[in-house]
Amino acid sequence: MSKKRIGAEAAAAKGWWRAHKWLLARRSSQVAILALFLVGPLTGYWIVKGNLAFSYTLDVLPLTDPYVLLQSLLAGHVPAAKALMGGAIILAFYAVAGGRVYCSWVCPLNAVTDLAAWLRRQLGVKAGARLPRQVRYWMLGATLVLAAVTGTIAWELVNPVSMLHRGLIFGLGAAWALVAVVFLFDLFVVGRGWCGHVCPVGAFYSLLALKSPLRVRTARRAQCDDCMDCYAVCPEMHVIKPALKGAHLGLGPVISSPNCTNCGRCIDVCPRDVFEFGTRLGQWRPT
Amino acid sequence: MEEGKAASSGKARRRQFLLDAARMACGVGVLAGTLALYAKQSRALPPHVLRPPGARPEPSYQGACIRCGLCVRDCPYGILDLAKPEERVATGTPYFIAREKPCEMCESIPCVKACPTGALDHGLTDINKARMGLAVLVDQETCLNYLGMRCEVCYRVCPLIDKAIKLELQQGQTHARFIPTVHSEHCTGCGKCEYACVLDVAAIKIFPIGAVKTDLGARRSAGWQKKAAQ
Repeated sequence: MSKKRIGAEAAAAKGWWRAHKWLLARRSSQVAILALFLVGPLTGYWIVKGNLAFSYTLDVLPLTDPYVLLQSLLAGHVPAAKALMGGAIILAFYAVAGGRVYCSWVCPLNAVTDLAAWLRRQLGVKAGARLPRQVRYWMLGATLVLAAVTGTIAWELVNPVSMLHRGLIFGLGAAWALVAVVFLFDLFVVGRGWCGHVCPVGAFYSLLALKSPLRVRTARRAQCDDCMDCYAVCPEMHVIKPALKGAHLGLGPVISSPNCTNCGRCIDVCPRDVFEFGTRLGQWRPT
Repeated sequence: MEEGKAASSGKARRRQFLLDAARMACGVGVLAGTLALYAKQSRALPPHVLRPPGARPEPSYQGACIRCGLCVRDCPYGILDLAKPEERVATGTPYFIAREKPCEMCESIPCVKACPTGALDHGLTDINKARMGLAVLVDQETCLNYLGMRCEVCYRVCPLIDKAIKLELQQGQTHARFIPTVHSEHCTGCGKCEYACVLDVAAIKIFPIGAVKTDLGARRSAGWQKKAAQ
């Protein structure tokens, strides 16, 4: 392959560590969160009990997945106070941090789909089915309707996100097969297919991020030399263009799409330091 | 001219939008339909599987349980498990199998206290009021007591001995039999009797109450009980 390696230029310009800073931070976050859940069952010393649907930290802090909670409500059950409080805390956190921070910094399936995307680039897989990114919102709607119609949290019967996380903590069983299906789907059928097109959990958290202040900004977009590395690594590449190239339309420099996962990979791979974490509110700081 | 072009391109856009919407609605609809059928299959529990104490009746339990596993963690005897996808219980929900590990009926009911959503009803504060199921002596042809022996293991292990299971004397033609008899007003469905039954396949089993308990109905009631009440 004659194509240059993505991020090589950034590594040369900024050094390897700075070119992988946010990726390493994100993997550390994913591993650390999983480790917190695993310490209890493995050592008998309980820090966090439960899983991502509901967890209880040090017997004081309840955290509940608001999407599951919403499905439960639609199914006709009003959850007890502890679960509702946990849901409120999570809603408040992601409304500020950006909903899809859940996807890129917490979700255990992210490592799987990132691996599929990386392998897809390495193998140069181009072919595949076309799938609109709006499918996830239809999926979200469908899961909510299903909860109301069946009176059960039907989506949790098949949700690979919760199945993988629960499986890692309580025993995986055949859940690995579903994870493998997601991996192969992303690798061969639709690039970034699961997280970027289908997953209703991500769609729910996208809607949470509509007004979230913490954002990636194309602060120094004038320096962009169109190397395209950011587009290549971005799991939601449609979010970049309006901010990066929309100056003449009065768009940007904030990446305002709720689909942005705040993964920070664009900041890493940009050799010219175009991107940075910032807020939606602050002034554009020209440099 | 210009206007006509704009109008037709607007029409084309609208057409494309409707087509896209129809495509997605149909695609997602197929998936949702499949999932709805699967959800329907998962509504009932297999007969040998029991829910923790205080569980709301199926299938509304599956609308209330968010599958966090806190009940599993707080069960001091490690009896509960979360269903794996290949098992016949709704994925991620807690269950136990009486024949393998029956409920120990903790007085403090830690599993119910741990439940954050109330899928296990917090109103259950007396474990003797739990109704996880109902014991039924299903096989009278193999039950050793029915055969005239004095096995009585189910009776001895019952946490509510002489209430939930009583031995009732029955005069046979050749000899007396002591029949283990379950009383539904006391049986919690803990499963100790099913667990302890000495036969290869238990002669006494726990079933969902709705599947085995009938009602005399308003028009048929025992006259002597009525008289006693008056």
